[in-house]
Amino acid sequence: MSDESKKQLNRREFFSFVTVGWVAFTSAVAGLASLAFRYSYPNVTFDPEMDFIAGFPADYEEGVDERWKNGFGVWMVKQEGKLVALSNICTHLGCVPNWLPAELKFKCPCHGSGYYMNGINFEGPAPRPLERYKIALTPEGKIKVDKTKIYRYEKGQWDHPDSYLSV
Amino acid sequence: MKEFINYMADPIRSFPIMTILYILMMKYYRIIGTKKFAIGAVVASLPVVAWFCMDANFRAIILWPDNIPINIIIILIAWLTWYSLYRCAQNDARIEKGECPIEATPENREKVWTWPNLVYTELMCMIGATVFLVVWAIIFKAPLEEPANPTWAPNPAKAPWYFLGLQEMLVYFDPWMAGVVLPGIIVVGLMAIPYIDTNPKGNGYFTIKERPLAMWMFMYGWLVLWIYLIIVGTFLRGPNWTFYGPFEYWDFHKVVSEYNVNLSEFLWIKWLNMPMPGNIVLREILGIILTVAYIVVIPLWSAKTKWGKKIIENTGQIRYYIFIFLLLGMTSLPIKMVLRWLFSLKYIIALPEWELNL
Repeated sequence: MSDESKKQLNRREFFSFVTVGWVAFTSAVAGLASLAFRYSYPNVTFDPEMDFIAGFPADYEEGVDERWKNGFGVWMVKQEGKLVALSNICTHLGCVPNWLPAELKFKCPCHGSGYYMNGINFEGPAPRPLERYKIALTPEGKIKVDKTKIYRYEKGQWDHPDSYLSV
Repeated sequence: MKEFINYMADPIRSFPIMTILYILMMKYYRIIGTKKFAIGAVVASLPVVAWFCMDANFRAIILWPDNIPINIIIILIAWLTWYSLYRCAQNDARIEKGECPIEATPENREKVWTWPNLVYTELMCMIGATVFLVVWAIIFKAPLEEPANPTWAPNPAKAPWYFLGLQEMLVYFDPWMAGVVLPGIIVVGLMAIPYIDTNPKGNGYFTIKERPLAMWMFMYGWLVLWIYLIIVGTFLRGPNWTFYGPFEYWDFHKVVSEYNVNLSEFLWIKWLNMPMPGNIVLREILGIILTVAYIVVIPLWSAKTKWGKKIIENTGQIRYYIFIFLLLGMTSLPIKMVLRWLFSLKYIIALPEWELNL
């Protein structure tokens, strides 16, 4: 064997180099991808809690109560002997409507959808009424609103006993 | 007078007006595409603009930092539209006389080197654009606002200005349609133009006479369905996305009465005087029939007409059907707008149970 060919890799060395290189490359890519995946989740979330205690039923007057809107995204609406927890997400494209006390309606600032006080859509492009959240009494008689459970009018779910409180 | 302009600016009236103005512009492009007309129009519009600017409410809207780019694009688009009509009118007059378009004359076909002619110009444009943006950023502040709050939205909540046409479309459509399907069709349709349009006429030169259908269609979609809607969304939509005239104060408590009704409610409750059927397909049957007729029957029927036969002969079946599908997608917007204004029609097919509305 000449000096020239000794300097070159033989087949076995070539494959071991390729294997080491390939393993290193793959693990580097996998590590970067997992870091990137982890990066897509926030370290701290400021999302509102999905359930909360909303005081006693006697705290609410007839009409729309906005005290939980900014913290939890819920309107408490008391009307015709029923207290409901209404979602504040527009059913058109998910903006946050405003309660207009003078006009007695919820009005979305994005595309002008309008809802009556009970959450039924009547103007603008909103295709369906606002959603209700599960509302129930705790043993101490306090109201518990659970936003993980949703009741939709067009599916006939507003008759469900968990979708309102009789007051 | 101001009251009248406020009244006429409502999309219910200004949209047909814009359509008519557009038709007049395209029909009489040889008059509009002259230098005399351009000078006359500028001279005539200056006092009108000055008079508009005397109004405090109008000034407040157009001088709002977010809206200044739109003032600039209105001027730019007016200029570019006029300029293309001017070039079209010139070329069409030459073509009629049997001459070649100006772009095809020997002195205009002369070839030049990329460097320095093109690259140098591009460099200068880059520097100019950078300077412009730096100056812009210094003059118009873009302050940080409070941290994002998922339970609160500004009022009116407006998209970036280039999306305001889409946001205006969303007033008439389900988010699936106006947010996903129609923008998708716009993008795919624009990419498909070179494959559908195999007519070599109009390549590299301005002309309306040789390409009437292409010019009329594209310019309508661009000027009326895109630019006009951006202008409406920018200047004429205030709190709660309510319409406000150009001289109107943005009063948060402006009362608008609107009650939108689905086609199925029209059919069963108003016309047949019956309760809504429980079966949702039966409930929406009229809307489904109309939609199928719109996207299946119209293309098949139009292929039989003289107009359709001519296009099929020139381009072929598949190209024709893709073309007519894109055209119907585009015309669905003005149809839906007019139906909303005339009949307060909300959705032709309303299946909120399936998150599907047309």
